[in-house]
Amino acid sequence: MPNLIKTVAFLFRRDLTVALRRSTDILTPLVFFVIVVSLFPLGLGAEPTVLRTVAPGVIWVAALLATMLSLNRLFANDYADGTLEQMALAPYPLTLLVFTKVAAHWALTGLPLVLISPLLAVQMNLPDSAIGTLVLSLLLGTPVLSLLGAVGAALTLGLRGGGVLVSLLVLPLYTPVLIFGAGAVSGVVTGLDIEAQFSLLGAFLALAVTFAPWAAAAALRVSLD
Amino acid sequence: MHKYASPKFFYTLAGQLTPWLAALTAVLLLAGLYFGLFVAPPDYQQGESYRIMFIHVPAAWMSMFVYMLMAGAGAVALVWNIKLAEMFAACCAPIGASFTFLALVTGSLWGKPMWGAWWAWDARLTSELILFFLYIGYMALQASIDDPRRAARASAILALVGVVNIPVIHFSVQWWNTLHQPASVTRMGAPTIAPIMLVPLLLMALAFTVYFFTVVLMRMRNEILERERHTGWVAEILESEP
Repeated sequence: MPNLIKTVAFLFRRDLTVALRRSTDILTPLVFFVIVVSLFPLGLGAEPTVLRTVAPGVIWVAALLATMLSLNRLFANDYADGTLEQMALAPYPLTLLVFTKVAAHWALTGLPLVLISPLLAVQMNLPDSAIGTLVLSLLLGTPVLSLLGAVGAALTLGLRGGGVLVSLLVLPLYTPVLIFGAGAVSGVVTGLDIEAQFSLLGAFLALAVTFAPWAAAAALRVSLD
Repeated sequence: MHKYASPKFFYTLAGQLTPWLAALTAVLLLAGLYFGLFVAPPDYQQGESYRIMFIHVPAAWMSMFVYMLMAGAGAVALVWNIKLAEMFAACCAPIGASFTFLALVTGSLWGKPMWGAWWAWDARLTSELILFFLYIGYMALQASIDDPRRAARASAILALVGVVNIPVIHFSVQWWNTLHQPASVTRMGAPTIAPIMLVPLLLMALAFTVYFFTVVLMRMRNEILERERHTGWVAEILESEP
């Protein structure tokens, strides 16, 4: 048992280290996120009331796309150099290893998105009261995006056109998170009670944590065959 | 049971069943269309345009039913490694996608006189659209893997993930819809439907179901021939049927 914990901790640290050594990989989705959101005022006009109404949806959609862009990094490098195969052969449950990799991935893509979102909220004229909600909704929602994305990334591993394909598989599955994440923020803006949205986002997270690593591990075994 | 699961036996059986199922489809479809277009009276609110529901509602039902069947077959294929179940799941996808597309088209045709617009972000239409995307993703994944066994297993996992998500997506969209536009009243498929309108609806639903099984059997025969083309019995068939 202590071995298992040690392995998981080691894998987590290894994934962080490998990713930090190639820091452009981390910065690219983040910059993408900022650029996409900044494009909207240019397209829609800088009317503050308009920006405030569309801001929750825009920021959330941009977060979805940024997460999706980073998905191929999740398994592709380990697949290319054979590390993934060794993980599948290891005497530890692959589900747990996949979960660890997703956690490391989230810490380096989801979390930065969450941290930079207040800046974008200010840029999009969101009221101060909504900024906390935005951060919290992203904090609950982005792990779900990473977890569901892991299934897509595992299924498309090593396929031609994998990058576009993964968006086709994953984006329809993201719709509930988008609805409730953006719904929570615009609820605060319009002064509604948003407890339900947070409860549901939490429920999605619980569901995704339970099933997604398992499905992703099964998909990896198919891809590694 | 093993006899039925052998592709060779199934190929012959499906060949014998197809004409009967096709005939049954034709009879049910004619009866349903006759009752729907000539016998059922015009609706007091929607006039004649409600009649498109005799196509729209069965198509929408089938789009979900086929996805469930596809995921179920995928699960069977994953667990017991049955080739026929793999082929069934693969053959379901294009048919289910066509039903979804039909439901979307008829829904928007119905929407023009009712809402005054070709497309409204109505809850059912929206979740139907997302279902369509799910089908497309499924088919794209299947098409991009060359080895049919691996394609079948990967897409089965995707279908199972999708099947868990479909109710979540459906209720999310419904909730989203009631929040944004509470006034769009759909009377389609409401339980208060008059029996004279229910009969053609059920006939059409049955016709669509039998049609699905006819087409899926035909597709499966093709699929079997393609996958087993290097075996002796396929060569025999191809020689005897020039």
